[in-house]
Amino acid sequence: MNQLATVRSLQQRITEMQPMRMGEGGLDVASALRPLLPTGALKKGAPTSVRGSLLLTLALLREASANGAWCAAVGVPDLSFEAANTLGIALERFIVIPNPGRHALSIAGMLSEVMSAIVLCPQHRPGTGESERLHARLRDHGTALIVTGDWPRSDTALRVAASSWSGLGRGHGMLDTHVLTVRSLDRRGQRVHTVRFQGGRLIP
Amino acid sequence: MTSSEPLPERIIALTASVYATEHSETADARSWFDLFAAVQRVVPGAVQFEPGFCAMRARGPARYYGGEDAAARRILAAVAEVVDARVLESISIGVANGVFAARLAAETTAHHPGLRALSPNTRIVASEDTVRFLALFPVDTAADEQLAETLSGLGAHTLGAFAAFPEHLVLQRFGRGALTAHRRARGLGEPHTEEVPAGSPVRDFSMGLDFEPALSGDDQLAFACSDLAERFVQNLSTAGLVCTELRIDLHDDTGAVHERTWSHPANFTPADVVNRARWQAAALTARPASTQVPPSEQERGGAGITAVRFCPARTARAAEHEPGLWNTAPDERVHHQLTRVQGMVGHEQVATGALLGGRLSADRQRAVPWGNALTADVSRPRDGPWPGKLTGALPTLVFSAPPRVELIGADETPVVIDADELLSADPERFRAAGRGQTVRAWSAPWHVREQWWRHEASALCAHYRMQVVLEDGEAWLLRFTTSSGWSAEGKYA
Repeated sequence: MNQLATVRSLQQRITEMQPMRMGEGGLDVASALRPLLPTGALKKGAPTSVRGSLLLTLALLREASANGAWCAAVGVPDLSFEAANTLGIALERFIVIPNPGRHALSIAGMLSEVMSAIVLCPQHRPGTGESERLHARLRDHGTALIVTGDWPRSDTALRVAASSWSGLGRGHGMLDTHVLTVRSLDRRGQRVHTVRFQGGRLIP
Repeated sequence: MTSSEPLPERIIALTASVYATEHSETADARSWFDLFAAVQRVVPGAVQFEPGFCAMRARGPARYYGGEDAAARRILAAVAEVVDARVLESISIGVANGVFAARLAAETTAHHPGLRALSPNTRIVASEDTVRFLALFPVDTAADEQLAETLSGLGAHTLGAFAAFPEHLVLQRFGRGALTAHRRARGLGEPHTEEVPAGSPVRDFSMGLDFEPALSGDDQLAFACSDLAERFVQNLSTAGLVCTELRIDLHDDTGAVHERTWSHPANFTPADVVNRARWQAAALTARPASTQVPPSEQERGGAGITAVRFCPARTARAAEHEPGLWNTAPDERVHHQLTRVQGMVGHEQVATGALLGGRLSADRQRAVPWGNALTADVSRPRDGPWPGKLTGALPTLVFSAPPRVELIGADETPVVIDADELLSADPERFRAAGRGQTVRAWSAPWHVREQWWRHEASALCAHYRMQVVLEDGEAWLLRFTTSSGWSAEGKYA
């Protein structure tokens, strides 16, 4: 009886400590993007996979960047600073390493020590060993990682299922509103969400 | 007159009237520079105002040479060595409170109360005699023509009479410009400014190192000059300075000097100096293939470095560069880590973005390598009108090398833009990198005329821009020129 009570109290203490260990939840994202993520925030120390939209990837960084966090994009050549800035990313704290070549993962590892969030687009699918080493460094420093390419393992995956534009007709108009249908796959199972952008900005 | 205000610094003024009155071989600007250099050798803090007139604070030289008269004699002796007799004849020295009074003392030939002539060309006005000395000068020596005329009309013909006016009334009636003249008439200097800065003498902080035998790689160079960089920064900091812009000269064994100026967002630490030297050397060895390298050099992989020199191109007071209580400079750790990454992928490959003005997407932004100062380009204001620029949604990818694309009409003919700025047919299919898709929607093409004044036929340089949306929801920003057809400026990825 006494033993059972001890075990129970220990278990309770473990559950109490667990969320604390996982590092204050995560990195804030814009309110319109919260439903896409299982905790409503970018998980620190773990990869999130986003495929099919660079705009959505950058939008996930917006809140953190605006709150003073340092972000980096590794392996995204020709990224438009103007589009990033319009989304609300602070360019002075946004580091771009367009062509890391074969160093992409080791650079992401080095940056994890100082950046709050890293966007990584590796040119080839990394081996399990390589990616696990990077995961370990992310966990150590509580850095969020968004991978846009092929990635061995991620708990949270977002994939753009459909994308549509409005504002443009047959020979008239301008691109204006962009609607993404995003499918998320995580511990909640599979869900479908809609994300809207207007004039390059996220709208609720 | 208020006596609470401190009197201006004692000033030694040196004038050489020959430069003001005539233009000849002997009195050209060059001989003035020789003359001024001679003055600076004796009194390093001297400041030149115009050819034929320089001034310096009297306190330092007077203490060093044992009195103002001794200092004046010393200056004259130094000058006599470098100029010819006619110039020397026209030189005179005046010592008084403030630059204005000192110059008057040097230039005047008549006798004025309070003026003590030490020799035919050296005149000293004692501190307490300054007002008395100035009083008899005509009012136009201190005031401009218009003010002088007005004052004469009021009966104030001399500085003494003008000085008797109350200051607040001068300000009220004649404005701020007259206040300066009034202060001069009272023997006071410019308010709140130093007429002659108490600047320390110009020191040469540049340092160099020779290598024997020549170094061949950037790593070798970095290793060899780390100690020099340490001493270079140390030297500056003992003088209370930090270096914000650095010029590095690399001498190679062919005798060529490769110099480059590096700026820094904050200030150079020894590690930064070494890194810049390393990058510069790396850029030398990785010269583009287009430059002609003699075959003998190709064999040994470029020229070796025989000497390095660090020169501070711009310095600032260290006190202004101390990190504040709440540090606004980028985190030291961020800087350190990014510098390490730069060591792996190259200086230019780690960047932050800066926004500029412009019409085309690629012109509206610039990648600034980490460690370079973000300098605003004033010639391209962001908020300018820039007709033809993109409004609404912006592409997330802006191609630095726009890829060629094809637009095809219903009858399998390529779509072009004709002289009426209209599409030749409705686009049906879009093809990029060998992959074709149906076009669902497109905008009307709009033209961007860039620098049409440089070209003879304006039609040749007109770009057209157009947005297209494809069947699967992809959107592109396209560009068309008559000469080269369609290319992709950006993609809404």
